[in-house]
Amino acid sequence: MMLVRMIDYLRERPLLVRRFCYLVVAGVLLWDALLLDKSYAHIALEHLPGFWSLFGLVGCVLLIVVAKGLGALGLLTREDYYE
Amino acid sequence: MTEFWFHPALVLIIGALVLPMVKGVARKPFLLLVPVLAFAAVLQMEQGVFGVFPFLNWELTFGRVDQLSLVFAYIMTLMCIIGTLYGLHVENDYEHISAWFYVAGSLGVIFAGDLLVLFLFWEVMAFSSVFLVWFRGTPGALAAGYRYLLVHTAGGVVLLAGIVLHYQATGDLSFNQFDVVNPTLPVWLIMIGVILNAAVPPLHAWLPDAYSRATVSGAVFMCAFTTKTAVYALCRGFAGMEILIVLGVIMTLYGVIYALLSNDVRRLLSYHIISQVGFMVAGVGVGTALAVNGAIAHAFAHILYKALLFMGVGSVLYMTGKSKATELGGLYKKMPMALFFTVIGGLSISSFPFLSGFVSKTMVVAGAFDATHYWAAYLMLLASVGTFLSVGIKIPYVIWFGENKCSEETWNKAADPPLHMQLAMGVAAFLCLLIGVYTPYLYNMLPYEAPFNPYTAYHFAEVVQILLFTGVGFYLFVSKMAPKAKLSLDMDWFYRLGGQLFLLVMHKGMTRVNDWGQATLAEEVPRRLNRFFIDGPARLCLLVVKPLWQLTGAKIDGPDGAEQRFLETFSRSLFTIASTAIFTVAVLMVLLFFVT
Repeated sequence: MMLVRMIDYLRERPLLVRRFCYLVVAGVLLWDALLLDKSYAHIALEHLPGFWSLFGLVGCVLLIVVAKGLGALGLLTREDYYE
Repeated sequence: MTEFWFHPALVLIIGALVLPMVKGVARKPFLLLVPVLAFAAVLQMEQGVFGVFPFLNWELTFGRVDQLSLVFAYIMTLMCIIGTLYGLHVENDYEHISAWFYVAGSLGVIFAGDLLVLFLFWEVMAFSSVFLVWFRGTPGALAAGYRYLLVHTAGGVVLLAGIVLHYQATGDLSFNQFDVVNPTLPVWLIMIGVILNAAVPPLHAWLPDAYSRATVSGAVFMCAFTTKTAVYALCRGFAGMEILIVLGVIMTLYGVIYALLSNDVRRLLSYHIISQVGFMVAGVGVGTALAVNGAIAHAFAHILYKALLFMGVGSVLYMTGKSKATELGGLYKKMPMALFFTVIGGLSISSFPFLSGFVSKTMVVAGAFDATHYWAAYLMLLASVGTFLSVGIKIPYVIWFGENKCSEETWNKAADPPLHMQLAMGVAAFLCLLIGVYTPYLYNMLPYEAPFNPYTAYHFAEVVQILLFTGVGFYLFVSKMAPKAKLSLDMDWFYRLGGQLFLLVMHKGMTRVNDWGQATLAEEVPRRLNRFFIDGPARLCLLVVKPLWQLTGAKIDGPDGAEQRFLETFSRSLFTIASTAIFTVAVLMVLLFFVT
C-alpha cells in the first residue's frame, strides 16, 4: 500500500521531517511579517507580526492547561463510576 | 395550492415499511434505492406551499418549501444515502427502518409549516433514533437509550408547552420568525425545547452519552440529524436572538475542553459535535445574513465531515471492537484507508484550507467580526484551536500512530473495513473536498444574499498560522496528550446520580408510606369498624341492663362477671346477626342524613 510505504519512509527519517517542519514554520512567519497585507485586520493587535501564530500557540497551551486542571479538580474519575 | 406533491419523508417511510418483505439479492439494491429516491424527490422539488390538510380547527402544513428548507433537505437526504451505504452490511432490518424513520422525522420538521407538524415529527425523530442506540445490544447502550429517551421526552414536553401557550396567546400556529427582541414565555419554552436538541449546555449531556454507545452505523446517522434539525429550527425561528451568541460560544469551548478529557474516541467526537454546533448557534444568534448563511453552510459541511469522522472511527470499532484510545494505537499499517478518510474529516472540521470547514466556519466567524461581536469571534477561533488539537491531530495520533496499545486480538482483527464502508467514506471525503475547493457548490444553495470569499490572503494566513502553531503546541505537550483510562463527569451526573438518589428516597419513603397504609388503613381501621359494628348492639343493651344489675347487686366486672357473660352470649346468639344488621342500617341512615 502506497500510503503505508510513505508513512514508513517518513518515520524512518525523523530528522528530515523535523527540518521540513522548521522550514514551514519559518516560511509562514516570514510571510506574515514581510509580505502579508494586513488591511483586513479586525483590531490593531492583529498587525503584530505573527499574531495568529501566537494566538494558536497560546490558545493551544491554554486549552490543555484548562482541561488538565479541570480533570485534576475531580472532573475525571474512574471508568466504572456509574456502575 | 395543494397540487400533487410527494413528501420525501413519505418515500423513506414507505421504503421502511416495505423493507422487511424484500429478501435475497434485491435487498441491498433496495436499501440504496430508497434514500436515492428521497434525494431525487428533494432535487425535483419546486418552491411553494404544499400538503395542506385541515385538521380539527387548524390547517396543517406538511410542505413549506423554500430555500432554507431545501438546503437542509438536500444535505439530509444526501447524508441518508451515505449512511445507508455505510450500514449496508447490517442484517437487522429494524436498524435500517429506525434510521429511515429518523431521517423522515428530520425531513418532516424541515418541511413543516406549522408548529403542530413540527412537534409531530420532532417526536418521530426521538422515538426512532433511540433504537439506533438500543440495537447495539450492550447493557450500557440499553441504559443510555432510556436516558436519551427520557431527556428528549422532557424536551418535547417543554416544546409542546411552548407551542400550546404560544397558540393561546397569539391564535397562530404557523412556524416563522418569533419576536426574539422581546421574547415571551412561550417563545422561551419553544427555544428551550429546540436548544435541548441542539445540545446546548447544560442540556447537552444526552449527546455524548448516547452517541458513544450507539451502533456503528447508528452513530453515523445520529451525528447528522438531531442537532442539525435543531439548527434549522433556530435559523427559521430565532435568528438574531442575542443570548444564542453567548450560548453558542460557550458550546464551542465546552465541547473542545471535554473532548480533551475523553478517552473513548466516539465520545471525543460527540463533544466536538457540541463544539461545532456552537458555531451554528452563535451564527444564528448574530443573525445577520452572512452569519445565518454561515450557520447553514456550517451545518451542511458539518454533516459531511462529522459523518466521515464517525465512519472512520466507527470502522475501527467495527473491525476491532474497540473505541477507547487507551486500547488502540499504531494501526496505520493495518487500516491505512480508514486513516486516510479520518484525516480528511479531521482536517475538514479543523477548517484546513481547501476542505469544507474552511469555507463554512469562516463565514460564521466573519459574521461575528462584521457585527462587531469581537469577543465571540476570538473565542470561536480559540475553540478551533482545540478542534484541530484533538480531532485533527490527537485522533489520528492515538489510533493510527503513537504507542501501540492494542491487545494481540485487537491487532489481529484490525484491517481496512469492507468496500461499501470505504465507498461511503470516499463519497463523504470527496464532498468535503468539493465544498472546500469549489465554493459555489455550497454558496449558491444558501438562502440569504451575502456574498463571501473565504480565500483572501489574510484569512488564509490567519488559518494556516493558527493550525501550524496548534501543531507546535501538540508537539511540545505530546506527553500531556496521552489518553487516560478515565471517565469525565458531565451534566448527566445530576440525573444519573440524582436519579439514583431519587430512587433511594422514593424507595425508602414509599416503603414507609406503604407500611403505614397497611397497618392503619388495611388493618387497624377495619378491625375497629368490625368491633364497633359487632359489639355496638351489645354495648347499647349493656347501657340499659347495667343499671338494673347494679340495682340487683349482681357481680358485674371480672372474667366471670355478668358483663363478660352477657357479651359472650350475645355474640353467639342469632339475635346478634339481626341486631348488627339493624344497627348497621341505622348508622348508615344517620350518615346519609348528614351527608345529604
